[in-house]
Amino acid sequence: MNAAPLSLLEVSGVTLQYKTARHLVTAAYKVDFEVRQADRYVILGPSGCGKSTLLKAVGGFMAPVEGTIRMRDRPVTEPGPDRMMVFQEFEQLMPWKTVEQNVLFPMKVTGKFPRDEVEKRALAAIDKVQLSPFRDVYPHMLSGGMKMRVAIARAMALEPDILLMDEPFAALDALTRRSMQQELLTLWKQLRFSMLFVTHSIEEAMLVGSRILILTPHPGRVRAELDTSMFDFSNIDSPDFGRMAKRIHGLLFDDRTAVPA
Amino acid sequence: MSTPRPEFERPPIDAGHIGDIERPLPLGERILRNDAVQRIAIILLLIAAWEAYARWLDYALLFPTFTETIRVAWTDFGELSMRIAATMRALLIGYAAGLACAAVLTTLAVASDFGARFLSTLTAMFNPLPAIALLPLALIWFGLGTPSLVFVIVHSVLWAVALNTLTGFRAVPETLRMSGRNLGLKGVRYVLLILIPAAFPSILAGLKIGWAFAWRTLIAAELVFGASSRSGGLGWYIFAARSELDTARVFAGLLAVIVIGLLVEAVIFRAIEARTVKLWGMQR
Repeated sequence: MNAAPLSLLEVSGVTLQYKTARHLVTAAYKVDFEVRQADRYVILGPSGCGKSTLLKAVGGFMAPVEGTIRMRDRPVTEPGPDRMMVFQEFEQLMPWKTVEQNVLFPMKVTGKFPRDEVEKRALAAIDKVQLSPFRDVYPHMLSGGMKMRVAIARAMALEPDILLMDEPFAALDALTRRSMQQELLTLWKQLRFSMLFVTHSIEEAMLVGSRILILTPHPGRVRAELDTSMFDFSNIDSPDFGRMAKRIHGLLFDDRTAVPA
Repeated sequence: MSTPRPEFERPPIDAGHIGDIERPLPLGERILRNDAVQRIAIILLLIAAWEAYARWLDYALLFPTFTETIRVAWTDFGELSMRIAATMRALLIGYAAGLACAAVLTTLAVASDFGARFLSTLTAMFNPLPAIALLPLALIWFGLGTPSLVFVIVHSVLWAVALNTLTGFRAVPETLRMSGRNLGLKGVRYVLLILIPAAFPSILAGLKIGWAFAWRTLIAAELVFGASSRSGGLGWYIFAARSELDTARVFAGLLAVIVIGLLVEAVIFRAIEARTVKLWGMQR
């Protein structure tokens, strides 16, 4: 093994609570995890395990009531373009901007890259997600999968320290979802970006992720952390894949049937 | 007993002879479906009905024909355009001032909860109050002339625009807000780059309602107060024509009011819509 990879994101002892009109909801309780450089880190859990809330906290949209979130050793206090978020909803794109303008917007607003470079970067990012013929089209004319590709291109063009993905493929149909997972993996192989990916699909977690954090619901607590870096589309029907899926299933749904490693 | 069904695979049949999947409609059909063509046809139809009725009635003192109205408007062209200019001046000043006040109030309203309550209370108080009802007060405060007109126009524009803008801001989807804040956008930049374009359909609706209110209020105000005839606007022109029982001039004045309203709605606001909310797919 080579030198220990750089620790990127450290979440320690984080408890998250939010208020609805009548209740104080504890979404996550004393959660610890660490994301390293070039990790495809997946948070997996049933609904109500606070996985999206955790991602929002990492994004800086809400503060933990207890514990700390540190990004490159600096505490997270507010949203910032070093942690670009890709949401599940299609409305994350600006409907008044074309595909290209949407991808350009974060680069222009943050001023992260020189002015004469942004155009080229935007086109390269759009090309990577195979949307070059649609660069001058407005989002309302795109399909759901294409909108999601624009959102991913927009986030990636900015080269954030970490990509936060909140069930990005959950609203897509099964076929599109499968090809998007494949595309995301291909992009990762090219660019080796770090990402924190939230999902409730075991299969998606194993395919997309290299490490999986499993949370229990009500409130979200850490149940396990597993290494799934060996799985991808080439061994999806192997017995090992099936065994791991079963193990995760056990961890998620029934403690008694949990298979030891 | 059911017969077994064989499985099969086959190459897709050739669809090349259909040509392009997406083809332009033939010219004639495009003209007939054109919005402007249909609207102009409706207007022509209304004019024909007017002309026919007036000729059949044959009583110019009550109902002059379209051709007579146009002839009077033409001979009166100098005076009419002067009146229109006076009216438009007051209108534009009032409209701009109303928009500026609305911008200040809505900015306060998005900045704090107190500002939001302040605005919604004021709107609830003043929106139902007809602007023209404030005219007597305006006359006491500002006397005869443009300042009084501007005052009532501001009142009629302000609440409609502010209310619509605030409603629009509140309806901006949470995901869109978050993807703006994700970039570190705050304060004025956040409002300008995210909230205003995202709420543009509501803002535009507010601008249209505000315009219509202002236009109505202004003509009504000009009719009510007999400003010195030299500086009076279109309303005064109509009022003066009535006192001379010159029905054709009354019609010419009213026609001018209608034409200007139609132009602003059908040309200016439509162009803005086509370049913004329609293009962005925010409105059908």
